[in-house]
Amino acid sequence: MLDAIAPFFQSFYDDTGWNFVIFYEQYEYDRFIEGIWTSLQLIVASLIFSLVVGIVGAWAQGAKFAIVRYVIAGYIQIFRNTPPFVQILFFYFVLGNLTPSYDAGGYQVAWIGNFGWAVISLGFFAGAFNVEIFRSGIEAVPESTREAASALGYTRLQAYIYVIFPLAFRVCLPALNNNLVNLLKTTTLAYGIAVPEMMYTANQIWSDNVNVPEMMIVLFIFYVALVAVLVYGMHKWEHKMKIPGYG
Amino acid sequence: MDRVKNRLGGLTRTDLPVLLPVAAQSRQAALIERREGTYRLNMQPRHALWAAALFIGACGAAQAAAPAGLISPMDALFKWMSFILWGPEGQLTGFSLNLIISFFAMAFGTVAGTALGLMQVSLLLPVRQGSWLVTQFFRNSPWLVLLFTIMLLFPFEIDLGFTVIPVPDWMKAVVGFSLPVMANISEIVRGAVQSLPSGQWESAESLAFNRRQTMWMIILPQCVKRMIPSWINWYCILAMATPLCSIMGVEESVTYTAQALNAEGDRPELIPVFYSFLLIIHFIYTYPIARWSIQLEKRFVVKM
Repeated sequence: MLDAIAPFFQSFYDDTGWNFVIFYEQYEYDRFIEGIWTSLQLIVASLIFSLVVGIVGAWAQGAKFAIVRYVIAGYIQIFRNTPPFVQILFFYFVLGNLTPSYDAGGYQVAWIGNFGWAVISLGFFAGAFNVEIFRSGIEAVPESTREAASALGYTRLQAYIYVIFPLAFRVCLPALNNNLVNLLKTTTLAYGIAVPEMMYTANQIWSDNVNVPEMMIVLFIFYVALVAVLVYGMHKWEHKMKIPGYG
Repeated sequence: MDRVKNRLGGLTRTDLPVLLPVAAQSRQAALIERREGTYRLNMQPRHALWAAALFIGACGAAQAAAPAGLISPMDALFKWMSFILWGPEGQLTGFSLNLIISFFAMAFGTVAGTALGLMQVSLLLPVRQGSWLVTQFFRNSPWLVLLFTIMLLFPFEIDLGFTVIPVPDWMKAVVGFSLPVMANISEIVRGAVQSLPSGQWESAESLAFNRRQTMWMIILPQCVKRMIPSWINWYCILAMATPLCSIMGVEESVTYTAQALNAEGDRPELIPVFYSFLLIIHFIYTYPIARWSIQLEKRFVVKM
């Protein structure tokens, strides 16, 4: 890959002074790929974690105990109404201090590193929205549908898997899309706790090579392309999953 | 075909009794979110209690865990409180700088966004397409990337020939924050203009208003009312995003909190107290504004 594009970008640099160092130097190229990879991992991990938080939270909101419901409501409001960046710092510096660490040959290494905390805090941030999204989806399915399913001999779990969830999911999907796009953009905040994702890597590269404008262009293309792909894919999916007669 | 569909919209939505009204509401909310580019803050009075409980809990735990002999966490917080809120004497930094940045960014973002939004409904195709592209670009880039771009690529002083204007970091942060706000306000303006029934345009034309007159005297006054709740909501989102510029070393509340903690020797029991204090002051500031936006929205919905 690099061999094919290196001569072009090398001569491009020589001719124009635009230094896209990541496309002709092996070391920077590796760093760049590593950054993309970490970014994608971070996005996917926090996305999955936020979905889990959303599902568990929506389930817990229907709990019998009022206290559980209050805790979930409080969690949602706190995470919705405070800056996500402060949340990340809070998780990493406050909770990160309280979690155990192990001895790795002379120095202490925390069980949960900065990547882990980024996933957790971003997951909880997006999860706070997902809880409400999933709840509204489940609420949208009428009780009579549940009863009809059980009249047809579905067990509770089967009714949930084959009848309620597919309907609820279709209701959730548009709101879920919005939230996931928002989460994708929010993952850059992990820069604040030095997770080596795209933003952080780009910063390292431009610090070493003094090519800020070039790396900025690469960053913009990376994120706008990522958002575009996600939005396009999700819209296609939304369209496919559309319930006939609903908008 | 589309028109027929729209006219039947009300009917077709109810002809499948599979889902409860919540489904339509959720869909509506998602569409609004998509148009506005952000979620709606929804704060209730009880949330203030939750926030207070979190803060008091953190303080209590810290107070209990504090070793004897050192300054107690609460005393440390009181000592640094005015520093975090206002910065050193004679300066408006710390949390007040967060507010200043948010005011200016909102002001610039609104002016530029309105212009861009009106360009999006222009009759000239290149203007329409160009402004659409700009809007989408700034709407879909992460805030941090925009902020970094402006912080690093903007000159630290502007030489006008006869005088040199210094551009401090916080001013660059204002520019960096006003870009995404601009793009989103642009989309809100476009949405509001297009949401008005076309009869407004047609009757204005029959009364011999030209396009500019129609826009300024008939369309925009009606749009303002529709946009205000979204606009306030965006202000809240922006105010909550201002701590981001601490990454670039702007002397705002997060930077000062970290410095205050440093000065106290980074004692672990102080960290929860200081950071939850930070959360609380942001909450206290955003809460009344978000409430106000909810009230306005309710009032306007009834009138329309």
